[in-house]
Amino acid sequence: MITWSNFVSQLFNGLALGALLALISSGLTIIYGTLGVLNLAHGAMFMLGGYAGFAAYQATNSFLVAVIVGSVSLLAFGVVMERVIVRHFYSRPHEDQLLVTFGLAICIIEGVRFFFGSESRNVPAPEALSGIVSLGFAMYPKYRIVLMGIVAAALLALFVVLYRTRLGMIVRAGIEDPVMVDSLGINVYRVFMVVFGIGAMAAGFAGIVNAPVASLTPDVGEAILVQTFVVVVIGGVGSFPGAILGGLIAGEIISLTSMVNPGYAYVMLFAAMTLVLMVRPHGLLGQPGRE
Amino acid sequence: MIANSVPARRIPGLVELLTAACLIAAPFLLPHLGAAPNTVNRILVWGLFGIGFDILFGYTGLLSFGQSALYGTGGMVAAYLLTRAGFPHVITALLIGMVAAAVVGYLVGLVALRRTGIYFAMITVAIAEVFYFVEFNPLSEWTGGENGLPGVPTPRIDLGFTTLTFTTGWALYPFLAFCYFIGIVIALRIVRSPVGAILRAIRENPLRAAAVGHDIHGYKLAAFVIAAAYAGLAGGLLGVMQAFMPPDAFMFDTSGQLVMQTVIGGRGTLFGPLVGAALWLFLEDFLQGALKLGAAWKLVLGIVFVLLVCFLRQGIIGGIRDLWIRMRGRNQVESASTASSVTPVSHVPTAPSHRSAAGPYEGAILQAKGLTKRYGGLAANQDIDFSVARGEIRGIIGPNGAGKSTFFKMLTCEVAPTSGRIVFEGRDITGKSVTDVCQLGLTKSYQVNQLFNKLTVRENVVISALATLRGKFRLDMLRNVHKVPGLSQQVDHTLELVGLAARADLPVSGLAYGEKRRLEIALALASSPSLLLLDEPLAGMSPSERVETVRLLKSIAHGRTLIVIDHDMDALFEIVQRVTVLQEGRVLVEGTPAEIRSDAKVQEAYLGGVNGELAA
Repeated sequence: MITWSNFVSQLFNGLALGALLALISSGLTIIYGTLGVLNLAHGAMFMLGGYAGFAAYQATNSFLVAVIVGSVSLLAFGVVMERVIVRHFYSRPHEDQLLVTFGLAICIIEGVRFFFGSESRNVPAPEALSGIVSLGFAMYPKYRIVLMGIVAAALLALFVVLYRTRLGMIVRAGIEDPVMVDSLGINVYRVFMVVFGIGAMAAGFAGIVNAPVASLTPDVGEAILVQTFVVVVIGGVGSFPGAILGGLIAGEIISLTSMVNPGYAYVMLFAAMTLVLMVRPHGLLGQPGRE
Repeated sequence: MIANSVPARRIPGLVELLTAACLIAAPFLLPHLGAAPNTVNRILVWGLFGIGFDILFGYTGLLSFGQSALYGTGGMVAAYLLTRAGFPHVITALLIGMVAAAVVGYLVGLVALRRTGIYFAMITVAIAEVFYFVEFNPLSEWTGGENGLPGVPTPRIDLGFTTLTFTTGWALYPFLAFCYFIGIVIALRIVRSPVGAILRAIRENPLRAAAVGHDIHGYKLAAFVIAAAYAGLAGGLLGVMQAFMPPDAFMFDTSGQLVMQTVIGGRGTLFGPLVGAALWLFLEDFLQGALKLGAAWKLVLGIVFVLLVCFLRQGIIGGIRDLWIRMRGRNQVESASTASSVTPVSHVPTAPSHRSAAGPYEGAILQAKGLTKRYGGLAANQDIDFSVARGEIRGIIGPNGAGKSTFFKMLTCEVAPTSGRIVFEGRDITGKSVTDVCQLGLTKSYQVNQLFNKLTVRENVVISALATLRGKFRLDMLRNVHKVPGLSQQVDHTLELVGLAARADLPVSGLAYGEKRRLEIALALASSPSLLLLDEPLAGMSPSERVETVRLLKSIAHGRTLIVIDHDMDALFEIVQRVTVLQEGRVLVEGTPAEIRSDAKVQEAYLGGVNGELAA
């Protein structure tokens, strides 16, 4: 039986999931847009951020430290991964880029499994943010509301970086035409490294702030990766606003369908993706001609 | 003159024979190496699954991460029939499962192939995930949900006088080996067929494959369905082998494992997946058992895989092949050096008087009316009226940025005009696809070479010739490409014409620049166009190459209509009968070379313009 309050709280869940997907997808999409590499290890990075935060939380018992460690360590990880491996694949075919990031995803997942085991881990939300709050028409977990705020703030920060800074201008120009940016005398490779780092950080940050909501296992990244793909296909590859719109649409579809029957959540998500592919093959906010 | 990359092709049936010999010898040899029969059987199932995937990925270049959906579908349909539906005949059930997977593959392909590259990979992942959830939830009544379908029987074949039963272990092996053998024989025929050649062309350069007149979407879909059929059969065999159809066949890990095994073994080899599966399962046993690594074995495997992708792109089989070719190449250095000293033949038939090349009537072969192309506010071409008579050789000149290449792209329907009409041989072709237009007999050679880089010179020309000989789409998958009637004559003739006959077996990468340019023209020529557009055929050539190419152009003009863009006006004016001058997207003037040479407007356009691109 679907009640009004049930519907509203699912709507909120969809918003929270959607915001989270938007954040992860924007990382994926700016990496692809700038570097031309689809990072299949993005889901694994999301998971790794959660575990890095979990380790920090165990050491310090502070959620704040966990969030900082989760994001900063992924920034470092992304930079190293770009310098050591991904860089050598810019001139190779797309398939090789997919294969190597896929292999890296396996290494990350299995590495985490090696150190932390397969059983699920929990990072509790800080005392002040846990519990349930009344929204007037429904009771709702306080942390999820906070989560929406945190993720929205992160998206805003990403927006400011992309649209209000010099670096962001270069990145957006690089998405349009990397060769031209290179010939303007800007060191594109350094920009690429930073972009990969920022993308990884977005995933890692999402991983740790989401840890109190869903418990951590080495395999959590996989489902997220698939959802992220759908988001990017719906929103349009390489488009930051597209990632946000696509994320919110996907989050609501998953949430609202789950209310009726969880088994159909993916079917509906897929139906939406197919619809977009039929009507606007380059995504809702994407530009034609990017492949 | 250079080692053929697939030397085994010289003896027909050799690969098939060796495969059969290995499959027969395996149960006698492998037990001594400590291989468990169930491991060998699993390798065969993965190998069979991988044959189809290799046709899709290794040959066609479509990297799908969603093959688990088709593997699971074939397996579940067969297992459902054999368990819950009580269907008695195992082999028929397996075939029904295979057909079901192929049908599903066709539908999935329709969606996934709307996009290419990374989009294709993402969409296949998403689709496979849908199948996983659907199998678990809405369809759990039929599929057993997370319990799978236990009790799948093994095949029995009643031969009348005796009954063959295949149970488990080595007793099941002959059945699986037979299936694998049939699978590999069919796959070998497919990759040696015209369809196989076109699939490779799509991998190398989809744009050109479409431009020479192949319906690449149809062929990609065919490759997807073939891969689905193999996946479906392998899925069914998985159920038979384990006497249980596991739901995790649908998992993303299944697709991932298939991709990794194929890459490890060597893509584009058909046997790669089998080798990769053998190594994978061996490592799994060895690392877990002998080295007591436990779950960490997969970490080791992941690292091995990343290193392999970084350093040994073509996998194990590819690495061995390259090593072999290099060793053979060293032995052949002497003979090769003598061979390469032979100058490329260029006994192109001397040009006949091109004025005699007129066709049966003098009507216009091509007419463009009011052709306009706008990119946003910029008009690349504006209101161009253009007409070429049959048998004519027309030159188009104009300063850089005059819109010459855009004009060509519209004529060949690569780019749709904003407004205007194009009529070719009395038929309105506006809005048709570049493939259809090529099939009608209008094609062009590109300003920047668009070749099939990893194929040989001959194979390049074959791709183009196949389009005229077979039409834009035909599934003659079991016929050998060399048996297409008229193919070798047409290919030899084209190679002879462009003076590349002596270079026929070289890969494109081994050609000099001028030779590549001539191959570019050969690709357009081999589709026997009645109207051929040449976009800067002389660009970047050395003086001697120019002389040779001008001679070539004169000779191919015989019986054809040509439109040539070039900046080398001396050479161009020597070939053509009339010249159209474009400037800033409009026709400036049209006339004979002599008229154009003395035209004041043309002189101003070149000398007065910023570009000053007047030919030396």
